[in-house]
Amino acid sequence: MSDTLLKTIFGRLTLESFPIHEPIILGTFIVVALGGVALVAALSWFKLWRYLWTEWFTSVDHKKIGIMYMILGTIMLLRGFSDAIMMRLQQAMAFNNDGYLNAHHYDQVFTAHGVIMIFFVAMPFVTGLMNYVVPLQIGARDVSFPFLNNFSFWMTASGAVTVMASLFVGEFARTGWLAMAPLSGLDYSPDVGVDYYIWALQIAGVGTLLSGVNLLCTIIKMRAPGMGLFQMPVFTWASLVTNVLIIAAFPVLTAVLAMLSLDRYVGTNFFTNTGGGNPMMYVNMIWIWGHPEVYILILPAFGVFSEVVSTFSSKRLFGYTSMIYALIVICILAYLVWLHHFFTMGSGASVNSFFGITTMIISIPTGAKIFNWLFTMYRGRIRFELPMMWAIAFMLTFVIGGMTGVLLAVPPADFQLHNSLFLVAHFHNVIIGGVLFGMFAGINYWWPKAFGFKLDKRWGTISFWCWVVGFWVAFTPLYVLGLMGVTRRLRTFDDPSLQIWFIIAGIGAAIIAAGIGAMLMQFYVSIRDRERLRDTTGDPWGGRTLEWATSSPPPAYNFAFTPVVHDLDAWYDMKSRKASRPTEGFRAIHMPKNTATGIVLAGLSTVFSLSMIWYIWWLAAISFAGVIGYAIFHTFNYDRDFDIPVDDVRRFEDARTKALAAAEV
Amino acid sequence: MSEQTATPPGAENPVFYDVEDHPHPPGASTMLGFWLYLMSDCLIFAMLFAAYGVYGGSTAGGPTAKELFDLPLVAVNTAMLLFSSITYGFAMIATDEKKQGATLAWLALTGLFGAAFIGIELYEFSHLIHEGAGPTRSAFLSAFFTLVGTHGLHVTSGLIWLAVLMVQVARRGLIADNVRRLQCLSLFWHFLDVIWIGVFTFVYLMGVLR
Amino acid sequence: MAQPLFRSLRLWPLAAMPLLGACSTVVMDPAGDVARQQSHLILWATGLMLLIIVPVMILTVLFAWRYRATNEDTDYDPDWDHSTGLELIIWSAPLVIIVALGALTWVGTHTLDPYRPLDRLAEGRPLTPAVRPLEVQVVSLDWKWLFIYPEQGIATVNELVVPVDRPIRFRMTSSSVMNTFWVPSMAGMIYTMAGMETRLHGVLNRTGKFEGRSGNYSGAGFSGMSFWTYAVPETRFASWAANVRRQPRRLDVPTYLKLERPSERVRPIGFGGVDPRLFERVVAMCVQPGTPCMDMSGHGMQKGVNNRAPRPGEAEGALTREPHEKGSSPHLSAPPGPAPGARDPGHRANRNLTWALPPRGPIARASRAEA
Repeated sequence: MSDTLLKTIFGRLTLESFPIHEPIILGTFIVVALGGVALVAALSWFKLWRYLWTEWFTSVDHKKIGIMYMILGTIMLLRGFSDAIMMRLQQAMAFNNDGYLNAHHYDQVFTAHGVIMIFFVAMPFVTGLMNYVVPLQIGARDVSFPFLNNFSFWMTASGAVTVMASLFVGEFARTGWLAMAPLSGLDYSPDVGVDYYIWALQIAGVGTLLSGVNLLCTIIKMRAPGMGLFQMPVFTWASLVTNVLIIAAFPVLTAVLAMLSLDRYVGTNFFTNTGGGNPMMYVNMIWIWGHPEVYILILPAFGVFSEVVSTFSSKRLFGYTSMIYALIVICILAYLVWLHHFFTMGSGASVNSFFGITTMIISIPTGAKIFNWLFTMYRGRIRFELPMMWAIAFMLTFVIGGMTGVLLAVPPADFQLHNSLFLVAHFHNVIIGGVLFGMFAGINYWWPKAFGFKLDKRWGTISFWCWVVGFWVAFTPLYVLGLMGVTRRLRTFDDPSLQIWFIIAGIGAAIIAAGIGAMLMQFYVSIRDRERLRDTTGDPWGGRTLEWATSSPPPAYNFAFTPVVHDLDAWYDMKSRKASRPTEGFRAIHMPKNTATGIVLAGLSTVFSLSMIWYIWWLAAISFAGVIGYAIFHTFNYDRDFDIPVDDVRRFEDARTKALAAAEV
Repeated sequence: MSEQTATPPGAENPVFYDVEDHPHPPGASTMLGFWLYLMSDCLIFAMLFAAYGVYGGSTAGGPTAKELFDLPLVAVNTAMLLFSSITYGFAMIATDEKKQGATLAWLALTGLFGAAFIGIELYEFSHLIHEGAGPTRSAFLSAFFTLVGTHGLHVTSGLIWLAVLMVQVARRGLIADNVRRLQCLSLFWHFLDVIWIGVFTFVYLMGVLR
Repeated sequence: MAQPLFRSLRLWPLAAMPLLGACSTVVMDPAGDVARQQSHLILWATGLMLLIIVPVMILTVLFAWRYRATNEDTDYDPDWDHSTGLELIIWSAPLVIIVALGALTWVGTHTLDPYRPLDRLAEGRPLTPAVRPLEVQVVSLDWKWLFIYPEQGIATVNELVVPVDRPIRFRMTSSSVMNTFWVPSMAGMIYTMAGMETRLHGVLNRTGKFEGRSGNYSGAGFSGMSFWTYAVPETRFASWAANVRRQPRRLDVPTYLKLERPSERVRPIGFGGVDPRLFERVVAMCVQPGTPCMDMSGHGMQKGVNNRAPRPGEAEGALTREPHEKGSSPHLSAPPGPAPGARDPGHRANRNLTWALPPRGPIARASRAEA
C-alpha cells in the first residue's frame, strides 16, 4: 500500500504511535487493558450491563449523574496523583544526574498533572456535588434540562477518555497546563500532544458550559414555593454564583482554544511569532478564563463549608446576608484580576498596581467569610464528625494559602516569586486546602444522603490526618524552595543543598498517597459494613436544609410533595415546628424518560476529536456528520416523559413512614 | 404557588408541604436556558471582536481593510440578513395565529434569505482567498475570517435547524413543543442579526474608515 | 510522661527549619538593591497580613475547642446569627489591612517598576545623573542566554559579568518561545518574547557569583537554561571585557544563526566582536538575510508586534497539507539517549519539540537553509 494511501486512511497514526518500546507505559497499558477486560468480563458474568445501561448510563436522574461525576473525579484523581508522585520522585533524585524521566516524558507528566487535576478531578467533583445537592436543597424533582445534564456528563467523560488515550496512543502536550503560545503553536509543538489537549478541553468544556446553564436555570426556576433568593441555602447560592461564572468564563476558553486550533489546523496567525500574531493575546485571553475558573472551583467548596459548619455547630449560620454579598463580590471581582498572572510581562506600573490591588480586594470578602464561619462556631455545640474536621483543617490551611496569594498580588514581590515553587506551593495550598478539603467534607457530609449509610469514621480519620499532615510536609518545602530561587517545572538540578527539601516534599506526597489509600479503604469498609452504618431517618447529622427532609437515598422523584419554605433553614424550621409529613393523597409523578442520546453523542464526539488529533479527515467528517445527524434525529422524538405510577409512589412512601416510625422508637 | 408563600412564618397552621398538584410543564425554563446559552455565545463573539480589535492593524505588510472590503456587496448581504429577520418575525406572527401554512411559507422565505446571505459571504471569502488575502496571510485577516466565518457558521447551523423545524412543523403541526422550538430559533436568528450589525459596523464600516 | 515531651522537644528544630531556611534564602537575602527592596516588601506584606491571620487561626482553634459538643459549661445560642457591630468589624478589619497593603503596593510598584531607571545604588546612596548605566542586551535562545555588551562591543553566552555597584539596564528579547530572565539576587524576573523588547533595571551591591536562570518553561532544554552572574569590581570588569575582546570569535549573522539553533547546557562562550545591529535585527525578526524586517510602526494606536509577513509555506495548517506531509507522531518522539547539547548544537535530538515533523518555524527554517 502506498504511503499516500496509508496516510489518507490513518493520518499520522502509525505503529510507532503505540508505546511498544516503552516498558513502563507498555506495562501500565497491559495492566489497564487486563483490568478493563476483567471489568468487562465481570460485568458480563454478573449480567450487569443492562443494569448499568438502563439505570446509570442513560439515566437523566440528577442524583445518579452527580454520583457518576464523583466516580469520574475519583478515578481521575488516581491518575493525576500518579503524575504527582512521578514528579516528586524525579525532582527528589535528579541532582547532577538525569533522574529517571527524560524531558520528553517529564514535561508531559507535569502538563497532564495540571490538566487532569483541574479539568477532570476538581471540575467533576464540583459539578457532581452541585448536581446531586442543588435540586434537593431547593426542593425540586430534577434539574431544568435532565437530558442535557446526562449529555454534559458524558461530554466531560469523553474529554477524560481523550486525555487518557494520550497515555497509550501518541503523547500528551509538553507545554504546561495552559499550553501557552507560541510554545503550543505548530512551530514548536508539531506533535499530537497539544491537539489532545485542545480537543479534550473543548469537548469537556461543552459539557461544563451546558451543565452551568442547566444548574443556573434550575436554581432560578425550580425552587420550592416560599424559597426566595434570600431563603436559599448557602451551598445553593454558591452554586448559583459558580454557574454564573461558568457561563461567563468558559466561552472565553472555547474561543481562545478555537483560535489556537485554527493556528494549528488552518495556519492562521493569532498566536504565532510572525504574520502579526501576538502570543501575549493568548496569555491574556486564557487567564480571562483562568482566573474565574479558580473561583468556579473554590466557591462551591465555600458553600459546602457553610453548610457543614452550621450543621455541626448545631447553630444558624452567622451573617447569612454578608456571606451572600461576599459571594457576589468575589464573582464580580473574579473578572478584574486576570493580569496578576503575568505582572512580569512588562505592563506599566499603574496597570500592575491596579490589578494587584483588585486582587487584594478579593481577600476582603473572603476574609469576611472566614470570620462568618468562625462566629458560626462561637457559642455552638460543635460535633467533630468528619465533615467538620475537614472544615476546621480548611480554615487553618486556607488562611495561609490566602496570605501567600495576597503576597503574590504585590507586583514587586511577584517579580521575585512568579513562576517559582513558592507559586506552586501557593496554589496547591488553596486548591488542596480549599477545594479538595471542601470536596472531601462534602463527600463525607452527603454520602449518607446518597447511599443511606454513613462513611466509616476510623478510616476517615486516618485519611484526614494523612491528607492534612501530608499536605504540609509536601508543600512547606516548596515555599522555602521558592524563596531559594527555584523555579517550577524543572527536571534536573545542580545545587545539592536543595535535595533535602525535595526529599521532604516527596515524603509528604507519600503521606498524601496513604491518605488517598485510606480514603479508598474508607469507602470499601463503609460499603462492607453498611448495615452497621445504616441511617433510616434520612437526617443523620441533624441537618438544616431540605435535602435532609427526604429519605436516604431519595426516591427518583425526590419529594412526593413539594415542601413549602418559610425560613432560611427550611428543614430545621420544619423540625422545630413539628411539621408532619403527609402520608396519603399521593399522586402519580411526571418524570423525564431515560435516553441514550447523551452517551451516543459524546461517543461520536470522542471519535471526532481523536480523528482530528490524528489528522484522519474522513473519519472526522463522518463522525461530525454523525453528531449532527443523531442530534437532529433526537429532536424528532417528542415522547420524552412518563408518569411514575401512584402505586409505586405510595409503596415507597409507606416504607419510609414505617422506617421513620421505627427510628422514633 | 403564591397561595402557600402567603402564609407568614409565625402563622397558626403553616403549610409545610404542597399537597396540591401543580404540574411543571416541560420546557418551563427553556426560554431562560436558551437566553443563557445565547449570552455565552455572545461572549465567544466578544472574544472574537476583541481579537479583531487587537489584530486589526497587524497586516504584516499585507492588504489592509480599506484595500479589501467591497462595501456595496456587504450592504446587499446585510440587507439579506435583515430581510430574513423580518420574515422570521412574520413567521412568528403566523405561529401566534396558529396558521401552519403561513408559518411554513414565511420560514421558507427566511431560509432563502439566509441561504442568499451565506452564498454572498462564501463568494466574498473565495474572492479574498483568490486575491491572496486568505486567513493565513496576516493576523488581521485571521481575525477577520474567524469573526465573520464564525457568524457564517452560526447562520448555517441556523439554516439546518430551520429546515429540520419546517419538517417537524409540517409533520406535527404547531404543537406546544414546536412553538417553543420556533421561539428559540427566533431568538437565535435575531441574535445573529444583532451580531451582524456589530460585524458590519465594527469590521466593515470602521475598517474602510481606518 | 517524660518520653513524649523529650521527643517533642527534639522535634522542635525540625519545625523551625522552614523558618530558618526561609530567612537565609537568596530571595530574602539578595545581593542587589532592587531585590533587597522587594524582599522588604515581602516582609512588610507578610507582617501586615499576619496581624489578621494569627488571630483568626488562634480563634479557630480556641472556638473549636471551647464550643465542642462535649463541653456543657459554655453558652449555647443556636439562633444567634447576626450582630451588626461584629459584621462591621469583620468587614472592616480586612479592609483596613488591604488599604494599608494597597498603599504599599501602589508606591512599591511604582518605585520598583522594572522599566524605571534606578535612582539609587542602595539605601542612602543616591545616584547622580552623571552615572550612566551599563547596557546589556539579552536574547533568550533555545536553551541558553546570549548577552551582548554594546558599549564594550563583546558578547557572551551563558555568562553574565557585571561591575559591582553600577546600575545595569537590560534590553531583552527572545529568538523563539517565551522565557523569563531572572537573577534572583539582583532583581525580579521579566519575560523575554520574540518580536518584542522588554526592559529590566538592576544593580548588584556585592561581589560574588550568583545564579541566574529562565523562570518560564520553554521546552525540553528548559532545566539547563541557567547561567552564572559574576559581580566584580569595576577594574576587574574592564580587564575581563578586554580579555573577551581578544577572543577570535565574532558574533556576526552567520554565527548567530548557528548559535540560535537549539542546544542544551551550553558552556560559556565569549565573542570578541559583535554585529552592532544584531540585537535590533533579532527584535525585528530579520536576522536571516533577505527577510524583511518587521513593521515596527503599526497602524494607529496599535504598535506592531511580530508584524512580519509570513514566508511562503510558513503558516500552513494541518488541514491544507497533502497526505504525505502529515508526518507521524510516534509515542516517543524524543530519541533515546542524552541530547548532544553544545557538542552538536544542530542535532535534532536537542529539540524534542520538532523532531517528528520536518522542522518548521523561523529557527528551523534557518537551520534547513544552512544545511
